[in-house]
Amino acid sequence: MIKKISLALFIFIFTFSCSSEDDNQSDFLSNSSEIFDSVVNDDITLGFDRSAMLVFWADNFIMPAYKKLKDDLSVLKESIASFNEEPLQANFEIVREKWLSAYKTWQHVEMFNIGKAEEIYLSSFMNIYPVNEDRITSNINSGVYDLENPNNYASQGFPALDYLLFGLGENDAEILEKYQPSDNNYSKYLVSVINKMEAKTNTVSNDWDSYRDTFVVSTENTATSSINKLTNDFIFYFEKGLRTNKFGIPAGVFSTDELPSKVEGYYSKLYSKTLALESLYAVKNFFIGKAFENDALVGDSFQSYLTFLNAKKNDTSLSDLILSKLDTAISSVTELSDDFTSQINTDNNTMLLTFDRIQSVVILLKVDMLQTLNINVDYVDADGD
Amino acid sequence: MLLKKINFYFKNTHTDPSGLAVFRILFGLLMLFSLIRFWYKGWIESLYINPKFNFKYYGFEWVESLDSYTYLLFIVCAIASLFVALGFKYKFSIIIFFLSFTYIELIDKTTYLNHYYFVSVLSFLMCFLPANKFFSLDNYLDGTSCEKIPKWTVDSIKLLICIVYFYAGLAKINSDWLLKAMPLAIWLPSKYDIPLIGQTFMQLKWVHYLMSWGGMIYDLAIPFLLLNKKTRPFAFIMVIIFHLLTKILFPIGMFPYIMIFSALIFFDSGLQKKILKKISSFLRLFKKNPRKHINIKSVSFIRLHLSPISKIALICFFLFQLLFPFRYVFYPGELFWNEEGYRFSWRVMLVEKKGATDFKITDSISKKYFYVNNRDFLTAFQEKQMSFQPDFILEYAHFLGNHFKGQGHENIQVFADSYVGLNGRLSQRFIDPKVNLFTKKESFKHKKWVIPLNDEIKGF
Repeated sequence: MIKKISLALFIFIFTFSCSSEDDNQSDFLSNSSEIFDSVVNDDITLGFDRSAMLVFWADNFIMPAYKKLKDDLSVLKESIASFNEEPLQANFEIVREKWLSAYKTWQHVEMFNIGKAEEIYLSSFMNIYPVNEDRITSNINSGVYDLENPNNYASQGFPALDYLLFGLGENDAEILEKYQPSDNNYSKYLVSVINKMEAKTNTVSNDWDSYRDTFVVSTENTATSSINKLTNDFIFYFEKGLRTNKFGIPAGVFSTDELPSKVEGYYSKLYSKTLALESLYAVKNFFIGKAFENDALVGDSFQSYLTFLNAKKNDTSLSDLILSKLDTAISSVTELSDDFTSQINTDNNTMLLTFDRIQSVVILLKVDMLQTLNINVDYVDADGD
Repeated sequence: MLLKKINFYFKNTHTDPSGLAVFRILFGLLMLFSLIRFWYKGWIESLYINPKFNFKYYGFEWVESLDSYTYLLFIVCAIASLFVALGFKYKFSIIIFFLSFTYIELIDKTTYLNHYYFVSVLSFLMCFLPANKFFSLDNYLDGTSCEKIPKWTVDSIKLLICIVYFYAGLAKINSDWLLKAMPLAIWLPSKYDIPLIGQTFMQLKWVHYLMSWGGMIYDLAIPFLLLNKKTRPFAFIMVIIFHLLTKILFPIGMFPYIMIFSALIFFDSGLQKKILKKISSFLRLFKKNPRKHINIKSVSFIRLHLSPISKIALICFFLFQLLFPFRYVFYPGELFWNEEGYRFSWRVMLVEKKGATDFKITDSISKKYFYVNNRDFLTAFQEKQMSFQPDFILEYAHFLGNHFKGQGHENIQVFADSYVGLNGRLSQRFIDPKVNLFTKKESFKHKKWVIPLNDEIKGF
């Protein structure tokens, strides 16, 4: 008798445990969980509603941000077209202005490296800096280039526009000179770059219309689920895209000497701080769940997830700790010069101090938040004890 | 009197050989399956071939990665485990299995798991046991088979399993596990995607406590419940429930099955013979001429001749198993934090530890420095494991120091900027940032450059 019971039990739990390994649960399991769900009132479900969070992320951050970027790029493209028709200072100013606002929107998008964006390497087409000046020059001179080629990642996107709009001469007159007469190789390159940016962004933005529904239901705790991937993307972006690229590399944290020419927005000599701050605000808003360009709309976020899990560290809530460190980092950035290159050249210690403050947020996100959410570092696949 | 009893036990008590035969067959097959599964999952490549740098066990720095020949090593190990299951050239096969399996484990300590260590330890013990004296190909080839084998040979496996459980239970008697339900209180709520229980029971505080206390009591009690004939069937059901539950909740691979099948060794010959009969009738399906009998002489019992060296080896082996897990008492500070004496001690699932550790390479004269991108040298898995274990951090610091020395950097100092969070506590600095790790040597001594945990965990 006992043998039979234990055999039945064994087989039951064995099938149960085996199928829990699969991504697709067997019909039996989903059926029974449906039955269970219908029996158990929703109020009794104790877990955090991750799907609601994913819906909020998709509908109020990711999709509107891509939509805005798409619109910004189309406006930028029009301004470039007008400038190419009439390469005058006034039109040039408009191009620069549109470039900046699209670049600022990009700061809200770069962290969402998931789905189509990841598949087509969107960031590589949009924001690889420092640019490869020689390659850009040779592309322009020859007039023959393939922007799909990975060797051209550093010859396109926002940084390439930065170079083309601010870096081609000592002053505006010299730069404008390059675009005379209209429709020359320089103008054509501007068009190629903006076309590529627009095409790539549209691909991703349009894909979200169908991808959204897959995205919002993928709430499992697995290496490939939306929730885990986007969390990893968010932290990876904060550490790499924000901390390392915008501050660490130019300040010389990863090299023996400072590399002031590796700042974002190097050629404009005006906007590295603007862009960095924009990106920090984007991160903060995403963390607390303030919708993209709609501060009044607040939804589920890492903050509410951590609050749900009642994550407390020495009686302070973890999300408060993260926010206070993040605010310290932001105020530290506010005090830097508009142009990070000159900041590094005159007083790199302040830049390094800022890096450290951002780093202390990285620790809280990477160690404490990931531990609380119990989300693994992506793609680490092995047995545990 | 006692000595006489011991002497009698080792020389004159015997038992039916079917238990050990069943154990041998199941062990061999499970190992074969584990190795194939490991290969199938692509882990040979991702864990043993892709890494540019391997973390070595102290004293085993000479173990080299075999690169793509690692596949060959796995093939050797798999064939050996099949031969063990068949009882073919058993002695040779089990030694080859032990050596190849242990070599694989020694290549990189990043992959350390208690259950891999258990397999190594168990296969070492099996090298001394007459597991091929019954129901084996060796019998068929020799034409002899044994009716009895010395009882201690079966008991030694039971002892090892009892040590594993009991020590795992002792290790759970600590304030984090029992009073805070840590780390289960972190792990279980994150199992929200398990049907039925995920969004409900796994979220409840009392369930975390129940499972913490239940796990502790289970580990401590199960050896005795298995040893006692009356409680044995109940104990075995508990073994099945417990291990399959852990299988559902945690990604622990083959370990639950290994423990479940190992527990069969506690049963007496009735059940074992039935299992062998089942196997026989299953094998008979493949036989062309079922009536043809194989002539195997039965020998009444064997005297297992253990050389004095083997005897000493076995005594040392069990002394080691009993004492080595307690080495932590010689180290100051928190065991879970410093991890001095943590491994090879059946401390299973006790900590949720995460770290972020970056390295600063400094020129001691010019004071110029730069930080290293860990992913230039380590896989994601290695970086994760390195970030919270002091011996990994030290070894990697030396690797980096030597690497940059080789690149022509001078007056190299290596500093670690390291933060670790343990069992839900706020992360705190882990390694003294002022200590040049390039000058520190690995040893069994206490690592003073690990900053103590600013909390106390009471218990074993």
